Amino acid sequence: MLSRTADHLYWMARYIERAENMARVLDVTYRMSLVPHAAHSEEDLWMLPVRIVDDVEGFERDYGAYNATNVMRYMALDERNASSIFEALASARENARSVRVAMSSEMWESVNSLWLELQQRVRNGLNEGDYSEFCEWVKSRSHLFRGVTVGTMLRDDGYKFVRLGTFIERADNTARLLDAKYQQLSGSKNVGEDQVDSSEDYYEWSSLLRSVSAMEAYQKVFRDTIDARKVAELLVLRDDMPRSLHTCLDEISPILEKICADRGMECMRQAGELHAKLHFGRMNVIADNGLHEFLQDFIILNNNLGVEIQKTFLNAPR
Amino acid sequence: MTTHNKSIFDEMTAPDGKVRPLYNAFDQWLANVSHGQLTQKSREAELLFRRVGITFNVYGEDAGAERLIPFDVIPRILAAAEWQRLSDGAIQRVRALNMFLHDLYHGQEIIKAGIVPASILTNNGYRPEMQGVDVPGNIYAHIAGIDIVRTGENQFYVLEDNLRTPSGVSYMLEDRKMMMRLFPDLFRRYSVAPVEHYPQVLLNNLRAVAHPGVQDPTVVLMTPGAYNSAYFEHAFLAQQMGIELVEGQDLFVRDNAVFMRTTEGPKRVDVIYRRIDDDFIDPLAFRADSMLGVPGLVSVYRNGGVTLANAIGTGVADDKATYTYVPEMVRFYLGEEPILSNVPTYKLELEDDRKYVLEHLAELVVKEVQGSGGYGMLVGPSSSKEQIEEFRKRIKANPGNYIAQPTLALSTCPTLVEKGIAPRHVDLRPFVLSGKTVTLVPGALCRVALTEGSLVVNSSQGGGTKDTWVLNEFQYGMQSGLNSDSQQQVQA
Repeated sequence: MLSRTADHLYWMARYIERAENMARVLDVTYRMSLVPHAAHSEEDLWMLPVRIVDDVEGFERDYGAYNATNVMRYMALDERNASSIFEALASARENARSVRVAMSSEMWESVNSLWLELQQRVRNGLNEGDYSEFCEWVKSRSHLFRGVTVGTMLRDDGYKFVRLGTFIERADNTARLLDAKYQQLSGSKNVGEDQVDSSEDYYEWSSLLRSVSAMEAYQKVFRDTIDARKVAELLVLRDDMPRSLHTCLDEISPILEKICADRGMECMRQAGELHAKLHFGRMNVIADNGLHEFLQDFIILNNNLGVEIQKTFLNAPR
Repeated sequence: MTTHNKSIFDEMTAPDGKVRPLYNAFDQWLANVSHGQLTQKSREAELLFRRVGITFNVYGEDAGAERLIPFDVIPRILAAAEWQRLSDGAIQRVRALNMFLHDLYHGQEIIKAGIVPASILTNNGYRPEMQGVDVPGNIYAHIAGIDIVRTGENQFYVLEDNLRTPSGVSYMLEDRKMMMRLFPDLFRRYSVAPVEHYPQVLLNNLRAVAHPGVQDPTVVLMTPGAYNSAYFEHAFLAQQMGIELVEGQDLFVRDNAVFMRTTEGPKRVDVIYRRIDDDFIDPLAFRADSMLGVPGLVSVYRNGGVTLANAIGTGVADDKATYTYVPEMVRFYLGEEPILSNVPTYKLELEDDRKYVLEHLAELVVKEVQGSGGYGMLVGPSSSKEQIEEFRKRIKANPGNYIAQPTLALSTCPTLVEKGIAPRHVDLRPFVLSGKTVTLVPGALCRVALTEGSLVVNSSQGGGTKDTWVLNEFQYGMQSGLNSDSQQQVQA
């Protein structure tokens, strides 16, 4: 297929996934802010979404104080913020528009009506009472889009690039979220050295799990109280947890094998290396060496893989 | 002029107030439908069009905005015999125009015969690069949009031949789909000739014009990009034909061939259905500042490495000054009498014509010879004194750039407007396809000027579209006594 078409499909999927993950983060942050908590100030709490996208500077310049109103406005609907849900969905739609021929008409209509509805929501404004509903809406539209994709799109190369985009982005987002939350939660403490012993910590960890739809999964898998190390294990190493790093790489590797043929060996090597870390990794080793370091390393390698995919297939040279 | 003028031909109602037989069944149907229901259906259509994203982009003011072309729910109906004549006439014209283009870029017999003046070679649309170049099947205008207007029962005129990158066919197809969705019962009352096979006919023709020796040719549709006003149509047609929709950046030239960049490496392209103007197609050949084209494409084209549809240099034949010679071309190349007439046209470069036109500007329509989209024209009867004087200056400064025609009383067709159903002026653009054969599907883009009394139907000037129904023979006129079930059997 045309490299440009593959490029648009890949980025369309990435942006939708990105919007969904940001909605997840904002939703749990808002819910957290409703629970009385001594451990964190409002500022700490609302700084998290901004830190996840590495945009502390831009936010502080434009908004200053970290609070619900400012962060929601900045991260949800601010057109000047390249990391906002609005911008992610606008980019998704622009990408889709350029290649509507390459997808099923249901997919295009799903993206287009999402965009039209978003503009209506921008016109209506976003009040505090709407925060959760807005985030739920973004999530459910992203679910719908993914479902429509799986249910209607021809299993051609285009489909593979849509799926690649989804999982590269998801791996990145899960890693960033986990990293930011861990740094915020553990502070000086090291992961694993403490059990969760206070009710405050319970709410912190459970909110993190909820943000990636993993609360029920945690309870089913571990049947245990919430333990920091197990949370990390679930989101990094478990291959049955749909948003874990391991699951993302489980999806990415076989897709690359199919589209690479004799080209793109470097892509496959990088994906294989990342996959091996997750497949053969052990949580106690990762924790001993520092989860933060592991996640930082993962984010860089995952990003490199994205760059390699871009270079090999999407900006195809002559 | 007003739409209530009795001298204007209305498609549905005769001057005596009686409904024409063709529209009888429609009229009966309409009697049972309230204005509210029609308005409701109209809104439904708008919603559907917007959801599917059938939009066009507007240039200039409010650039980049996506708008819908208004869709009118009342169809324009043509009898089989009427269509036959239009169809024969349009095909005849396109055959002659293709022969003219071939002749102009080869022996120029028509100039030698003194029928077309040699000054045509100074026309902006003439491309010296094409002189002596052979194109497959000697076809230049593979897709031609012939604009036809009606002024009376049997009076049809060709207003313009669009031979460069005519657009609008997606509306012919989407309007039909919409009508069948909104009013399935109407299609039980009328046997309407189908148009849905247009993309297949087009694809077969495009395949047929690949250079000889190419097995299983790869055809692509080349668009200027997502911001072009007709982008929806480009995407739509590519999808319907199952071919790649490419932009200039997707193509490159190597070893006298054109390739597209794909995820599996370069892939050879044999036929390019291009929806991008000559000027922008190759920065090495034409406009150097074009970011949309493919460097080196024209050189490959001239050497026979790829087919372009339409060919480069067709603009010389759809220019409004060349238009005046088309009836002569039909006689010269085909030895036939033209089936469709031209509108009498004054060429302002001729002194007598100019004198007459400048004295009668308030009655005439003046157009730029290279203009399109309803830009750069003066409709005398509906223009202010200032506008007329402004145009007078422009004509005097560059008379060769203009032609003038009498203001035609375009026929009207009932159209849903705010206050109810009212007559609005319409035109018709059937699309003639040349390849293996010269054909058209039985349908057309019908444009309607939604403003009362307006004669400008262009979508860029607030025009809308209607579905055009060409009836299968002996289907109309026998509707009244039949219920719809028995009619189904008649159709079967």
